[in-house]
Amino acid sequence: MIEIRFHGRGGQGAVIASKILAYAYFLDGYHSQAFPTYGAERRGAPVAAYVRVDDKFINVRSPVVNPDYVIVMSGKLADTVDVSSGIKENGLILINSELNADYYNFEEKCRVMCFDVSGIALKYGLGTKIMPIINVPILGVFSKITNSVSLESLKRATPRFVSTGIDKNIEALEEAYNLA
Amino acid sequence: MNKDMMLGSEAVALGVKLSRPKVISAYPITPQTHIIEKLSEMVDGGELDASFIRVESELSAISAALGASQAGVRAFTATSSHGLALMHEILHWIAGSRLPVVLVNANRAIGSPWNIWTDQSDSMSQRDLGWMQVYCETAQEALDTVLQAFYVAEKVLLPIMVMIDGFILSHTLEEVIIPSQEQADKFLPPYKPEYFLDVDNPLSFGNAAKGDVFYHLREDMQCSMEASFGVIREAHNRFDEAFGRKYDFVEGYCLDDAEIVFVIAGALTGTIRVAVDKLRDLGIKAGLLKIRYFRPFPADIIKELLKTKEHVIVLNRSVSFGSAGQLTQEVKNALYYEPNKPNIYDYILSLGGKDVFVEDIVNLAKDVGNLKTSKMLWRE
Repeated sequence: MIEIRFHGRGGQGAVIASKILAYAYFLDGYHSQAFPTYGAERRGAPVAAYVRVDDKFINVRSPVVNPDYVIVMSGKLADTVDVSSGIKENGLILINSELNADYYNFEEKCRVMCFDVSGIALKYGLGTKIMPIINVPILGVFSKITNSVSLESLKRATPRFVSTGIDKNIEALEEAYNLA
Repeated sequence: MNKDMMLGSEAVALGVKLSRPKVISAYPITPQTHIIEKLSEMVDGGELDASFIRVESELSAISAALGASQAGVRAFTATSSHGLALMHEILHWIAGSRLPVVLVNANRAIGSPWNIWTDQSDSMSQRDLGWMQVYCETAQEALDTVLQAFYVAEKVLLPIMVMIDGFILSHTLEEVIIPSQEQADKFLPPYKPEYFLDVDNPLSFGNAAKGDVFYHLREDMQCSMEASFGVIREAHNRFDEAFGRKYDFVEGYCLDDAEIVFVIAGALTGTIRVAVDKLRDLGIKAGLLKIRYFRPFPADIIKELLKTKEHVIVLNRSVSFGSAGQLTQEVKNALYYEPNKPNIYDYILSLGGKDVFVEDIVNLAKDVGNLKTSKMLWRE
């Protein structure tokens, strides 16, 4: 089973990203599951969302505490939220950040990768400079570096969960994939 | 086979659409789910030929469902937690009026303190009204149970409450086999009530009834509950024929040779399944009994499945304060006349969305020797 945890803030689209990713795995022929933790449903509050992937129906419904992959929607979040908590040995943390991965010093034995997804989002007019919407393009980076879910399925899954700017999101998704 | 992924609440909405209700009444604001959002889109888009009545409170939502059902059409509403509590008075009236309303409740805690997360206190507080109650484990089961609910309610002439756990089922995206309208129509015939409000044939409903009449009307409700077992079995058989999926009042998992049996209702059943697998890997003979129907309570079936077991750990997600978990009360009741009863443990597993991990359940089974049957058990 592959377990993935998203960290974001309310309004950054982590929950939608988790649904697109789970649906893309489903389109790739896997069984999958996505669900959020709901706390205060307001803009700016830290949120987590989970994806599980397996070759059989997924019964377990508890939050993901030992993820294989962690996706962090903005670098600043990693300064205040314990994003590496419980990550499996040699698991991967993907952070949307302009900084070098060396900046992040997690106690756990894991790989860290930073990628400036915000730059790509802004290039395609997704969100604002203060709050770029990177939830679709970051999945392109994830697909390329993990080789675990196909770009084609992510492209097919996106329109199901994104209601505006579908074309721009898919262009940004492809560019993020190609640059990663 | 047409498979897709959807949220538990969206699966419910699809089940409702396939059941062709004529009236959907709902209060659209918190605590509501996507069920109503999806149904309003279906009505608005012309996919579903029904009146969507948007009201100002849950009390009005259930009252409108009562009125629609009394007028002779298939009626549906959905709510959650405090919304269900606000419906309480009219829930009595619908059962007493013998109206086959179907209600889906997303199980969530009721305050105080403020809590939006899942437990079953809301629906357990409504267990004694004459509504049938079914608890669902998966989005597929929720979709399928909605179709079955209309069939059963309209034959028994009692309303049904279908439960999906808030968030861990209502907001979880998972795979669902999508039934066709043709299959649904084959399973669920149009609703044709014998008595309804009709200006051409005036009848009076809900008149005053003194004790002698009232008493026997309540006796009739109990008789119908008892007779509903046959109808529910028939619904399950017909459902299997139409859709190829089997359902029962309860479902056992690794039960035959189990020495430690967990009893649970709702979506956390899935987590317990995984724990049972782990325990079996460790050589511990664990099993699971999932309760689908809580009203009518299938006591005879449960008695046969549990009477020879050593340990029965009932995992409650609601409490009757000063007594026991409601699920425990029922299981104990079912086994009362058995000479060699299992040890039955009254375990309060989770309230207000307290997380339940597989390891919690594995450790509970390992610790069974230290558990007491004499008192209600709470987690650390």
